[in-house]
Amino acid sequence: MWFASPDEVRERLTAVDYLADDGITTSVFLAGALGKPLLTEGPAGVGKTQLAKAVAAATGARLIRLQCYEGLDEARALYEWNYKKQLLRIQADDDAWDDIFSEEFLLERPLLKAIRSDEPTVLLIDETDKADVEVEGLLLEILSDYQITIPELGTIAAARRPYVVLTSNATRELSEALKRRCLYLHLGYPTPERERDIVLAQVPGLPASIAEQLARTVATLRALELKKSPSIAETIDWARTLLALGRTELDDAVIGRTLGVVLKHNSDQARAAKELGLAARS
Amino acid sequence: MGTGMTRESLVDRHLGFVQALREAGLPVSLAEGLDAAGALTLIDLADRNTLREAYAATLVKRPSYRPGFDVLFDLWFPPVVSGSYGTGAGERPDGGVDLEHAEVPELRDRLADLLAGDPDDPAFREFARAMVERFGRVQASAGRQSWFSFAVLRALSPETLTARLLDRMLAERGGLPEKIARQQISRNITRFQDEVATDVRRRIAEESGVEKIARSTVKPPIDRIDFLRVTKAELAQLRREVYPLARRLATRLTMRNKLGRRGRLDFRRTVRASLSTGGVPLTTRLRPRRPHKPELVVLCDASDSVSTFSHFTLLLTFALREQFTKVRAFAFVDTVDEITTMFAPGADVIDAITRMSQDADITRFGRTDYGNVFERFAERYADAVGPKTSLLILGDARSNYQAPALDTLKRLAGRARHAYWLNPEPRAQWDTGDSVATGYGSVVPMYECRNVAQLAEFIETLD
Ligand SMILES: Nc1ncnc2c1ncn2[C@@H]1O[C@H](COP(=O)(O)OP(=O)(O)OP(=O)(O)O)[C@@H](O)[C@H]1O
Ligand SMILES: [Mg+2]
Repeated sequence: MWFASPDEVRERLTAVDYLADDGITTSVFLAGALGKPLLTEGPAGVGKTQLAKAVAAATGARLIRLQCYEGLDEARALYEWNYKKQLLRIQADDDAWDDIFSEEFLLERPLLKAIRSDEPTVLLIDETDKADVEVEGLLLEILSDYQITIPELGTIAAARRPYVVLTSNATRELSEALKRRCLYLHLGYPTPERERDIVLAQVPGLPASIAEQLARTVATLRALELKKSPSIAETIDWARTLLALGRTELDDAVIGRTLGVVLKHNSDQARAAKELGLAARS
Repeated sequence: MGTGMTRESLVDRHLGFVQALREAGLPVSLAEGLDAAGALTLIDLADRNTLREAYAATLVKRPSYRPGFDVLFDLWFPPVVSGSYGTGAGERPDGGVDLEHAEVPELRDRLADLLAGDPDDPAFREFARAMVERFGRVQASAGRQSWFSFAVLRALSPETLTARLLDRMLAERGGLPEKIARQQISRNITRFQDEVATDVRRRIAEESGVEKIARSTVKPPIDRIDFLRVTKAELAQLRREVYPLARRLATRLTMRNKLGRRGRLDFRRTVRASLSTGGVPLTTRLRPRRPHKPELVVLCDASDSVSTFSHFTLLLTFALREQFTKVRAFAFVDTVDEITTMFAPGADVIDAITRMSQDADITRFGRTDYGNVFERFAERYADAVGPKTSLLILGDARSNYQAPALDTLKRLAGRARHAYWLNPEPRAQWDTGDSVATGYGSVVPMYECRNVAQLAEFIETLD
């Protein structure tokens, strides 16, 4: 049992400085209680990866991370035979053929490691959308029966089911089959009220009034049509910058000068300066 | 839900709700329906937010389905309405105003207070309900009354409170503080409108049945909205969908150029082979081929018959410009002009589109003429298309009965590595009237592309 109720999720995540809303607490609770993977999708920097880390931290579980990228294959995701070691063994001993496909020569990769882990484990499959479609097939298989068959060794079933979190930036649609298997949590930009609280939790020492102003300013920026809307991560960076500058108030001049922390594209900065009536920085 | 539902009525309601979601176009599988039912046994059903989120987590797997889901959830699991205001001691949720009898100015004062505060305050919703009760009932037709949002909003006119609220929130007008205050006010006004609309639907459902209203109120999700019918507000939403799609299209086209992928090493065979060469392990290096830079030429119809579509395709073109090193973009109505430089990366997209419509030389007489466009293109820009180029044509293939110049297009397409045509019209309308869809489609493979979902699908089927 991972969590007893959504309320308990909220308490325990708050204890590790992750502030959850009802959508987060309910889906995190259900993923544990139903034993289903949780797919979190949303723009960059809204706390998808952090959520998995927070679940691990809050429950004292071990975190195993599979980072996806284009070209990720079974050998990197699941397991691989250590063939250098195997070759050495065979060269040393011609009769070693039967031994070289054993535990000793197996290189565990994150998926196998998570399945075999006998302590509570959070398996984070990060940025799933970056991997090729074939990897989804592999995930689907493993997330259906939590077992892995290695031809030379036989079938390995999970000693205990890991708590699985998949993240995606939705740069492409994941397959319907994979989505059906998962619980789904869309993480978007938070309300200004929640973002203020997140900033306060993440940046100790920041005056509450600045956090409030920051959250509202960022909400206003997000309402503009920008190429890249500022994320929570960027709001936090902004707060840290202001704290470092020793600012106790947020005026147009300060915002104009530090806008680059939250808006990375020149055209976005120009657009924001224009729409918000900030003096052009030069 | 706190409605004291029995087990049976919960099961019925669950089944009805799932059915309604399916009718609204959400692909809820049998297994997912069971997941949701399983979730219901684990949560506190009296907590309506948790119930909503439990359904969402198990059944709603795309953000674009969420608005429709919320509308249906509110209909199937309406909140308990307390009915009376300010009974008992303690703070009255109505802020001391008698919502049943107060005059409009006093109600507007109260609304202003609420709009300046936190919309999650329960009093906010209570107020919206009370206002629907008072102003929302309208004569729909002879002898028949129904509930309407517009009547409530007309009576209270929340937008006209903006100036007053700004004065209250700000010491002086102008600059960023005003922008921020306006943003907050408009968010809360929208929220009030939504609360009113939700309560109106709840009342209609109570009077004439949930199923009926459900069918008429749920709008299609944004990625299913027809390009040719989008409203201005939806267009802004669509713009947000563009960047990920462009990025995806860029990767797909790049991937296609990488011949083969790295295979897994077959260890047993490698070892056996090495034994036959005297045990010398031959390291088989599978070097990935160098992906060559994809080149893209986009030709997009900027005529009025497809104006919302062309706005979208221009955005797509613009976004592609940032993804591809080598992209050339052309716009046309009855003649064609290159717009590549107007769409330089880093430029502001809205400005670029405005500039294009002013500066680009794409119109002679103003009626689309694909034939002339292809002739002019071949004459002036033929060098843009070569054996490494993917050619992408975006338009409805409606050419005002002009000569189509099929041979010219065929030659152009023949020179390209790949050519695709995306048509925003429903397939059923192809070839009707002045459409040359089949003609052009025989030269360049044509795909129906009426909405974001189909565009995404097209991108994924590139192989
Ligand atoms: N609810 C939250 N409570 C506390 N901190 C949060 C919350 N959401 C986001 N953050 C902070 O925002 C930062 C960015 O989060 P994270 O790296 O998890 O984003 P992400 O969604 O995984 O982004 P990407 O798609 O770029 O990987 C983290 O450092 C985290 O501290
Ligand atoms: Mg991440």
